[in-house]
Order: sequence, then C-alpha cells, then structure tokens
Amino acid sequence: MSDAASESTGAPAAPMKEVSIWEIFLTFLIIGGTSFGGGVVAYLRNSLVSTKEWLNEDEFLTVLEISQTLPGLNATNMAVLVGDRLRGIPGAIAGFVGMTLPGSIMVFVLGLVYASNSHNPTINAVLKGIGAASVGLLLAVTLKIGHKQLEHYVDIILVSVTLILVSFMHVSLVIVLLTVGPIAVFLYRPRNLSRDKSGTDKKAAD
Amino acid sequence: MLSILKILGVFSLLSIMAIGGGTSVLPEMKTLTIDQQHWLTEAQFRDIYSIGQIAPGPNMLMVIVIGYHVAGAGGALAAFLAFFIPCCIIALIVSRLWLRFEKSAWCLPVQQGMAPIVVGLMLAGMIAIARTAITNQTTLAFAAVVFIVLYFGKKINPALLILAGGLLGFIFVTYLPQIPF
Repeated sequence: MSDAASESTGAPAAPMKEVSIWEIFLTFLIIGGTSFGGGVVAYLRNSLVSTKEWLNEDEFLTVLEISQTLPGLNATNMAVLVGDRLRGIPGAIAGFVGMTLPGSIMVFVLGLVYASNSHNPTINAVLKGIGAASVGLLLAVTLKIGHKQLEHYVDIILVSVTLILVSFMHVSLVIVLLTVGPIAVFLYRPRNLSRDKSGTDKKAAD
Repeated sequence: MLSILKILGVFSLLSIMAIGGGTSVLPEMKTLTIDQQHWLTEAQFRDIYSIGQIAPGPNMLMVIVIGYHVAGAGGALAAFLAFFIPCCIIALIVSRLWLRFEKSAWCLPVQQGMAPIVVGLMLAGMIAIARTAITNQTTLAFAAVVFIVLYFGKKINPALLILAGGLLGFIFVTYLPQIPF
C-alpha cells in the first residue's frame, strides 16, 4: 500500500489512492465467499477499514448508514457504494459481482442437488433443522438491532402495528409501507427548523 | 417466457421494498410465491430458505433457487437480477446525492420513523420462517436454544449453530425416527 503520505495532507478524504478494479473485485469476492452466518458487517469492517484501509471508521459508518436506510441487502449495498467511491460505476459493478459470485454459484449448485432430491426425507429434515436454527438466529439479530426501538412507547407501538399488519392480518407490504411509513415519519417530523442534537429528540414524539 | 416475466415482476417488486434487508420481505415473498403464484409449497419455501443459509454471502441468494424451480437456469438468472439490481441502483443514486439528503431536516425523522418499522418487519420475517420450520416441540426447543446462545452467550459464529441445526435434523431423522422433528 502506498498511502504513507495520506496522513499529512489535510485534504478531505477525496478519492483516496487509486485502487484497481481487479483488487475491488477480489476483495469483495473474498468477503462474499467467507461471510457465513450473516454477520457481513463485521467482515466488511475488518477488510475495508482494518486490512485495506480504503475507508476510515467514519466513512465506513456513513456508507453503512446509507446502506441500512435504503432498500436492499447491506452486503450488496455496501459493495456497490464502496466500489463506487473507489472507482465509480466500474468499481461498483466489480464490488457487486465479487460479493455475490461465490454465494450465487454455491446456491445454484445446492439448488440443482435439491431439485432432484426435494422429497428426500433426510434432506428435508436437515433443511428443517437449519430453518429452526435460523429462527433463533433471526430473533437474536432482530432484538440486538432493535432493542433501542423497544424502549420508547411510540416505537413499541410502531413495531407492534407493523408486525400485526404483516404477520397476523396479512396486509400487503406495499400498503403497510405506504401507510405506517408516512405516519411514523410524521410522528418524528422536525419540530423546529434548528435540529437539536441534545438527545431529547426522541421525546419530541410524545 | 411468461414465467420469466412473472419472476422479474415479483422479485423486482420485493427488491425495492426490502427496507432493512431481505428478512423484511420474507412474509411478502411467501405470499407471492406460495399463495399467489403457486410456485412453491410451504415446505419447499423453508427448504430453499435454508439452502440460502448454508451458502456464504447474502442469504437472500435463495431467490436463485426459487427462480430455478420455476423456470430453470433462465429463471434463476432472472430472479437474481430482479432481486439484486433494482435496490443497488437506488443505493448508488441516493448515495451520490447523500450529502444533500443528509442536510435536509427530514433526514433524521425518516431514519427515526423507519427504524421501528424495520424491526417490526424483521420480526414478521422471523415468524414467516418459524411457521414453516417450527412444527413441533423439538424444533421449538432447538430454536430457543439457538436464540439464547446467540443473544446471551459470548460471541459465537452463527454459522456453527446453522450447521448444528442441519446435523440435528440428520440425527433425528436417522436415529430417532420415533420423535417428531
């Protein structure tokens, strides 16, 4: 890496050093091929911030925030955004392809095996066990992400309404997003033109 | 050809609604693929979701298997592109305009308002999988153990517990067929 001089320059973290498209592809290929079990953010931080030093911690958090705010998977959104920051559209494509290629090939091969064995009781039982484990995993991940949302009563109501509409009343997701979404944003609407950062912003919803 | 178009329609719609990630659209994906299009049974949906869990990278690559199931290799490609490309294009455009969004007084309200909706949708996604995979006390007990280990335990790679789930399924069906699993 040739970034020894980067610390002395006070310039805003502009397009950093030139990273080759191939290196972007390879980096995300490795992340895409080794991130088992979901926790892709940890793999990304480790590689992009610690090993490659393509982003500093703040830049990583900004990209992560954008990825989480927008629709889509964190993993692919991050690959596209980081690739774009490094090398524009070709970088974004390289990041995306690298991130999804190993898993796609493996899923496709497993899908072929499954297609000819979909009524095999042993395979069904193995996959059912994995499904059951996934339920425990999903609940743990959701509560870890969401524990902040389960403290304030406005949030608890929004969580509950969404859950009931989707899981128990089987309302279409489009409808849920277009009704609960605007209401939720309205509840948190900006009260003053000056945004106070004093941590009292949550109470504004009372 | 018609089925390819249907695949493109279903998965691109899911793509742009995947607020907070793939888990959020699992209930809608079940409704569309099982009840509406009759592409899969509940058990097949569960099996295909689990296949997505085994592979590295985003576990929503499961859509490839659904596409293959419906329309062969072309269907697999169509499902992949439809589910992964639209949200990436949105991400790319918004990220380039992010500085402008971030300055808006509405940026924080949108994030604060959407956060609880994402949590609700993720819980709904968990329930959608639970309804297909938790069918008796054995699977319920195992899911509870996985939750407790991951939520209260020390850092452990979830992939190990996913593998343990598959192994447990194998053991029950092979050696303990008298116990429902």
